[in-house]
Amino acid sequence: MTRRYPHRLAGLLVALAAAWIAVPAWADVGQIKVAKGRVTVDRKGQELPGEVGMLLEAADVLRTGADGSVGITMRDNSLLSAGPNSILSLERFEFDPTTSQGRFDAQLRRGTLAVVSGRIAKKTPQAMTVRTPSAVLGVRGTEFVVSVDE
Amino acid sequence: MRAAIVLLAALVVACAGPKESVVLLPSPSGQDTAVSVTQGSRQVLLNQPYAAARVSRAALDAYPSSAQEVQGRFGTALAAQPLPPAQFTLFFVDGKDELTDESKQIVDGVFAEIARRPVPDVFVIGHTDTVGNDVANDALSRQRAEVVRNAFVARGLAVDKVVTIGRGKRELAVPTADGIAEPRNRRVEILVR
Repeated sequence: MTRRYPHRLAGLLVALAAAWIAVPAWADVGQIKVAKGRVTVDRKGQELPGEVGMLLEAADVLRTGADGSVGITMRDNSLLSAGPNSILSLERFEFDPTTSQGRFDAQLRRGTLAVVSGRIAKKTPQAMTVRTPSAVLGVRGTEFVVSVDE
Repeated sequence: MRAAIVLLAALVVACAGPKESVVLLPSPSGQDTAVSVTQGSRQVLLNQPYAAARVSRAALDAYPSSAQEVQGRFGTALAAQPLPPAQFTLFFVDGKDELTDESKQIVDGVFAEIARRPVPDVFVIGHTDTVGNDVANDALSRQRAEVVRNAFVARGLAVDKVVTIGRGKRELAVPTADGIAEPRNRRVEILVR
């Protein structure tokens, strides 16, 4: 029971902060727009089916199976799409839709990823990164692809 | 003995590591684009179409990729890319929540952009010019956004897919002094994703 209170407090603070910038209180950072084959989302220790329309949260990890692919649109209009056998982590996403200020860090742990950067990278060239196990990609208003083979 | 085998296996994994590659794609809008690839103290800047880098734990090498290589390796990922977000602006009659005749003719086209998406989400942001006080303009900007939302809902969009916001006269498209009737400021901006 005591563990639930910080959680509620955090939720309340997020709601208050969102109300303060006069934008509805979204906890979500993006949405699955395309899903084919096996797609799952790891969230807080749970494995959820990754279906078209699902709202994503920061720290979600998307996984695709051998027959899977998934495409997501982030709140800042970034587009990320992963091919088969991929693991994509949405490590951090903060975005103010009024100023376009924010921070977006994603990680491709395995597989293939196509990226079209959005408003965060356009506004602040250092504010979006895609990490792989060996490298950090700095995004400067861009469309690119990344692969990680094991 | 068992511990030694585990250690050896771990060493092999650490030495081989994953092989990674990054390819910069042509920019559809023709604007300047670049990706920096940083591994430890090494860095490569990709700033030409199909400029590419191979990365492992031990090396970082630039190389020229090609459309064919990208299609072969990334075709499935690229095919899963969502439709790009689309933006529209509709204009309103002076002091009213009624669309101009020109903008009325665009509504069906905007709705077609919504209808081609399996799970659309739509933002409608209303604005006014600088005639009138803040309270009246906030209300009018919200009404304008709601009129546009209602036009989409009447065409079949679920009401929970649309977020309406009124910004009053805070975000002018054309900066003017207070009290100026500027048609280009009397607008709603629509974002379809």
